[in-house]
Amino acid sequence: MKATMRLAAAALTLAAGMGLTAMAQAKPLKITLPDETAAFKPGTNRDVVMNNCTACHSSDYIQTQPRGPKFKKDFWTAEVNKMIKVYGAPIEEGDIPKIVEYLTENY
Amino acid sequence: MLNRRRLLTGTAATAATLGAGSLLGSVSAFAKTVTLPFENGERPMAKYPQKRPLILQTSRPPQLETPFSVYNEGVITPNDAFFVRYHLADIPLEIDPAKFTIEVKGKVDKPLKLSLADLKKMPAKEIVAVTQCSGNSRGFSTPRVAGGQSGNGAMGNARWKGVPLKTVLEKAGVQSGAKQVVFGGLDGPVSDKTPDFAKALDLDHARDGEVMLAYSMNGENLPMLNGFPVRLVVPGYYGTYWVKHLNEITVIDSVYDNFWMKTAYRIPDNDCNCVEPGTAPKATVPINRFTVRSFITNVQDGAKVKAGETRLKGIAFDGGKGIKEVVVSIDGGKTWLPTKLGKNLGNYSFREWHTTVKLPAGAHELKVRATSNDGKTQPMQALWNPAGYLRNVVETVRVTAA
Repeated sequence: MKATMRLAAAALTLAAGMGLTAMAQAKPLKITLPDETAAFKPGTNRDVVMNNCTACHSSDYIQTQPRGPKFKKDFWTAEVNKMIKVYGAPIEEGDIPKIVEYLTENY
Repeated sequence: MLNRRRLLTGTAATAATLGAGSLLGSVSAFAKTVTLPFENGERPMAKYPQKRPLILQTSRPPQLETPFSVYNEGVITPNDAFFVRYHLADIPLEIDPAKFTIEVKGKVDKPLKLSLADLKKMPAKEIVAVTQCSGNSRGFSTPRVAGGQSGNGAMGNARWKGVPLKTVLEKAGVQSGAKQVVFGGLDGPVSDKTPDFAKALDLDHARDGEVMLAYSMNGENLPMLNGFPVRLVVPGYYGTYWVKHLNEITVIDSVYDNFWMKTAYRIPDNDCNCVEPGTAPKATVPINRFTVRSFITNVQDGAKVKAGETRLKGIAFDGGKGIKEVVVSIDGGKTWLPTKLGKNLGNYSFREWHTTVKLPAGAHELKVRATSNDGKTQPMQALWNPAGYLRNVVETVRVTAA
């Protein structure tokens, strides 16, 4: 497979050299994302949060949310439920209160 | 589609599984932070591939905001400063454009599989158009709401080149009874239980000749994080419709009702598309055209300026009617002064404006208000909706002249 791909690439380069300018731009593009630097704050049940949340998104999704008395238990309960109901997060029933508690306490 | 995506591309999820993260990337730029002007607004600056340091909203999936000073550099937003917004973390990191194809299927006479070369052989069109995230400026929403907490930098204006969707649909032959066209890209969810990202437009809109499959942005290939090699351009419409890494176009004979159309990205179905702050709307419709907005770009909030003549300049845009006038106020909105509009790059572009005002010594509230060619203007008080969309309040910049 890889050899075939290289052959195809060589053929393309050749074709480009022959003046097919539209094809000359068709170079593979590969990027490398920087390391994730955001981390969940230390706290009780941090491990439960790590296990349930980080497969789909980084911790800055939580870190950047609004703060204050209106953004405590009810807010985080709604968010966790949204992750389960809307985005299909496979969170076990027993983990829900632990996650909500950690988020309410630390964010 | 999932299998094909995995075949064609490297993905963030794959990289994470392999623990490849530790080998990668520049982190030096993380040292610097900026503070957006709302509570909990501190964000790191981060250098991503093909980008200058941008405001890091979230890292996985990546959401990068354009520093506001960029809009003062010129009316076109440079590719390396253009904001980035993904929904789902399985994003393509490697694409071979020689193998990339766009499928056109569903209620069409002749299903197509177009390569990039096929697309580039078709008659091309150019348009200068703004794309703006639906949640641009959400961080200013009062009361605050959940979601990406952007400042004003989730917008950008570029010269797009590509093929009108109309041409592609004509080539495929849309069948009678067709109602909408659905767009899918290579980016997708990590879990197969998460709804894959896809958006739909009504058929008439899809073939209005302006909606475009763009393969060039400001004269260059699209950066990967802005949708390389092809993204949908939907002039005047919020960025949610501008599907990146576009690889599936499906004509359907119903109204598309996935999560991203039916539940997310909805606005109140009334004249102001707003509700009393903190309340829920009775009925909603899918978000659509931009509201009219304007900004002062050359003077920052809190700035100290010399008393006397001060030049003001900035940008304005709307959902496609074009800008009729921009006025400024130096007395907090009591009286308004005219400005001169800059070069017209089309009704979907940022429109530059400038003027010179006289500021006596003291504190001043500078305001800017645009009116579009259909007479729509900006409210003095911010309108509110539960998702924090459509913000277009008259902006205020406080300065002290001395």
